Amino acid sequence: MSAHDHSDHGSYRSYIIGFLLSVVLTVVPFWIVMADVDVSLGVALAVIFGLGAIQVLVHVYYFLHVTVQAEDGWQFMSLLFTAILLIIIMSGSIWVMLHLHENMMPAHDQIERVRDVK
Amino acid sequence: MASSIASPAPEGGYQFYVTEDPHHDHHGGDDEEHHHETGTMLGFWIYLMSDCLIFGILFAVYAVVGQNYAAGPSPADLFEIDKILLATFFLLFSSITYGFAVINMQQKKQNAMMFWLIITGLFGFGFLVMEVLEFEHLWHLGAGPGASAFLSAFWTLVGTHGLHVTAGSIWLVVLLVQVKMHGLTEANIRRILCLSLFWHFLDLIWIGVFSFVYLTGVLL
Amino acid sequence: MANVHAIAEAAEHVNNVHWLWGKITWDAHTFPFLYDPIIAVTFAGVIVATLALLGALTYFRLWGYLWTEWFTSIDHKKIGIMYMVLAVIMMVRGFADALLMRVHQALASAGLFELLPAYHYDQVFTVHGVIMIFFVAMPFVTGFMNYVMPLQIGARDVAFPFLNNFSFWLTVSGAVLIMISLFVGEFAATGWLAYPPLSGLEFSPGVGVDYYLWSLNIAGIGTTLSGINLVVTIVKMRAPGMTWMKMPVFVWTTLCTNVLIVATFPVLAATLALLTADRYLGTHFFTNDMGGSAMMYVNLIWIWGHPEVYILTLPVFGIFSEIVPTFCKKRLFGYTSMVYATCVIMILSYIVWLHHFFTMGAGADVNSFFGITTMIISIPTGAKLFNWLFTMYKGRISYELPMMWTVAFMLTFTIGGMTGVLLAVPPADYVLHNSLFLIAHFHNVIIGGVVFGIFAGINYWWPKAFGFKLDPFWGKVSFWNWVLGFWFAFMPLYILGLMGVTRRISAFEDTFYAVYFFVALLGALMVGAGLLAFIVQILVSILKREELKCGDDPWGGRTLEWATTSPPPYYNFAFSPRVYALDAFHHMKEHGATRPTSGFVPIHMPHYTGSGIIISGLLTAMGFGLIFHIWWLAGITFLASVVWGIAHTFNYNRDYYVPADEVRAIETAGNPAAAGAE
Repeated sequence: MSAHDHSDHGSYRSYIIGFLLSVVLTVVPFWIVMADVDVSLGVALAVIFGLGAIQVLVHVYYFLHVTVQAEDGWQFMSLLFTAILLIIIMSGSIWVMLHLHENMMPAHDQIERVRDVK
Repeated sequence: MASSIASPAPEGGYQFYVTEDPHHDHHGGDDEEHHHETGTMLGFWIYLMSDCLIFGILFAVYAVVGQNYAAGPSPADLFEIDKILLATFFLLFSSITYGFAVINMQQKKQNAMMFWLIITGLFGFGFLVMEVLEFEHLWHLGAGPGASAFLSAFWTLVGTHGLHVTAGSIWLVVLLVQVKMHGLTEANIRRILCLSLFWHFLDLIWIGVFSFVYLTGVLL
Repeated sequence: MANVHAIAEAAEHVNNVHWLWGKITWDAHTFPFLYDPIIAVTFAGVIVATLALLGALTYFRLWGYLWTEWFTSIDHKKIGIMYMVLAVIMMVRGFADALLMRVHQALASAGLFELLPAYHYDQVFTVHGVIMIFFVAMPFVTGFMNYVMPLQIGARDVAFPFLNNFSFWLTVSGAVLIMISLFVGEFAATGWLAYPPLSGLEFSPGVGVDYYLWSLNIAGIGTTLSGINLVVTIVKMRAPGMTWMKMPVFVWTTLCTNVLIVATFPVLAATLALLTADRYLGTHFFTNDMGGSAMMYVNLIWIWGHPEVYILTLPVFGIFSEIVPTFCKKRLFGYTSMVYATCVIMILSYIVWLHHFFTMGAGADVNSFFGITTMIISIPTGAKLFNWLFTMYKGRISYELPMMWTVAFMLTFTIGGMTGVLLAVPPADYVLHNSLFLIAHFHNVIIGGVVFGIFAGINYWWPKAFGFKLDPFWGKVSFWNWVLGFWFAFMPLYILGLMGVTRRISAFEDTFYAVYFFVALLGALMVGAGLLAFIVQILVSILKREELKCGDDPWGGRTLEWATTSPPPYYNFAFSPRVYALDAFHHMKEHGATRPTSGFVPIHMPHYTGSGIIISGLLTAMGFGLIFHIWWLAGITFLASVVWGIAHTFNYNRDYYVPADEVRAIETAGNPAAAGAE
């Protein structure tokens, strides 16, 4: 049975493609930081997060072998659902906490004011 | 109305009980095994998704308090990016060697599979050693988890990942023993595939860690 | 002032940890019954009752039976029943706390007498909330999902039977720790969600919050595992022909509930773990100093907390969706909309969490966003109510107990839902936040929704589980006491809340409120009578079981759980049913289908195992060790549980085949009609 069941667990070729892609996608962001490449902070962050996101997809496809068909789509669906939840939780928390920080942490302004007085 | 929900009767009328295949349940073990196997893989996958949310919370916490240095050290003062690159490569290598183990397992080459699993374990161990050295370094600098909210979030996020790798390594050793004892049985194959998911998943989390914590931290 | 002193004293206490005893001091600190007469009396009562129970079990030689037939059982039906038993026991405890609070507040508000010191009162309302949510409502709904769902999809067990047993014992482990806290040490005095910085080490240096954390950490693992298990069961093990839109609504709500469990309990686990780290490892996530943010805890815990509300109510909506069509003798109105409403609630419940802390100071745009999403989520819930009403419309309604509870639910829950929409308006919430209005609101939805649903479900499925109905007389006594008692107990709280009385207050200057608190006390006593009548109902029914015997399908059921015998054999179905229609069993009956009486085949079943209870026992001891900083105990029991867990995986001999002869014997003995038909 295992022949037809596990055939989608990859071949040497797909693992090596995935690996090489990951190497590139890892090395580039490290290079930007370590070699102090002369780009603006925004660009550097965009590259790091952009390539990081791509690398996540590479891992999901080449190493975790998630496809739309596997498990009647349940694997893909649960991954998508989790991704949505992660976005809700993380962006929601950051949004809410930024607000709270802004409105409920007057200490910072007060400290600045005291400094100015000095 | 009722007809709109009921499927039309098949030829020969409705058969309300599964009786026509009396050996359905133990038909060479195939059907049953297949059934359980796919259930386990899906169950383990769902567990990984829930674990992913735990990491999601840790990342969210890091995003919120990660710049509260409390007059203590900041990432740029602490992180040694070259060593992180090395550790990252340990994990990447361990991912591809695990992939080779799975390929050998599919070809029923038990010894080759065990060889690759051992290599995987060694890379994993190397990663853990790097992490322990980093933690030790930070500890000696006085940058322990209690030094600031940033360091609490850092130690917890990276430490949780490290604990997962530790658990995965222990599991790997147990599996090696079990494969040695029982060979590539259906149950063992299932376990190796579950650990494979776990291992690749940890690598995936690490992408988030090095992008978000280390590289971004040093840049800011 | 006394509190500050107590805190200082306790702080001193933390620093002197004995290597062997940890924080246990062999005095009134650790054993509060030595100085508090209320605890002393309770303690004596519990000890006597426990000894009597243990003695009886020993005298009747039931230990072996319990161990081999129940504790080690991985049969989803027995585990389901054990969840229910746990929930009933914990409900008695949780209700005792509620009654204590009502008596205390009534007397205190009249200026008569303060039954409890403030610090003790704080512990009582905390433990009441924790127990009622985590160890009453959760085990009840998990019990139903465990018992009923596999039968409804025509499966023989859940996907991972051992995991199911393990999950149950982890829940018990959490409950045991909470029960221990009554007599050894103290419980958290922080409110049921233990907000920092109050729950941090600085302001709660005692063991109370540690009890809270470890109990919920351990039980939470069990809940997550059980969630994974039930999701996979529904995805993988449905009877042939049961496509998605042929699943009973209860199965749908179970699916959505468990998806929510899997997707939110990790959030709770992570959040509590961070608070645990603050208390044990000296981190600064939620502290006031060193950059910590206590507000982050509130944010995180409600990301779990709001979906949790739906984890409790969705299965109950499923229960009502089974009961209404059965007792109205017609198909559920709007099945499809019911399914979509359930799924929409599942998603929406993730984007409303901030309505629990509108007043914490987020800006107008944040508050409006979450206020509006909160109002939107009431729409699918309203759709469900209309579906039940339209099912009843022109139905031949028979008002048996399950249906009575359902109607009471519809009336009560609607009011509770509407006060919820009131609270969803941020400016109104600024007035009502943390007032007794809020307390009345969520008791209105939790009692009026979840508890009524649980009683409806118990009365509905009891015949399924045991083969006889529950006694209707005592059932009605229980019903009227609960329903009227609820209204007496909580309507005054709405009024008090509107007048500005805040929650978690143990003493009152003004006696003006006394009359309301006395009415509430009257209501609580009625609810107590209802609870008592429920227990009497069960005992009387067991005594009169021959008289109440009712056959396999007492209510004219429509879904597959009624297609097997009542009680079902341990393998559920000798032959897997095949499904052609929604309301599969109704369809079968229409076409005169009967259970096959010949051609039995061996059935593949898993072995029972004691690993679940043993590992959970070790983890309970670990939790106790961690709470009291008895590091050697925590270390040894943790290692032992890991070793036992690994050893468990070395057992490959996990299942067996029930011989066809045994299946035949069971099928024909339990089913004389079928035997005759052969």
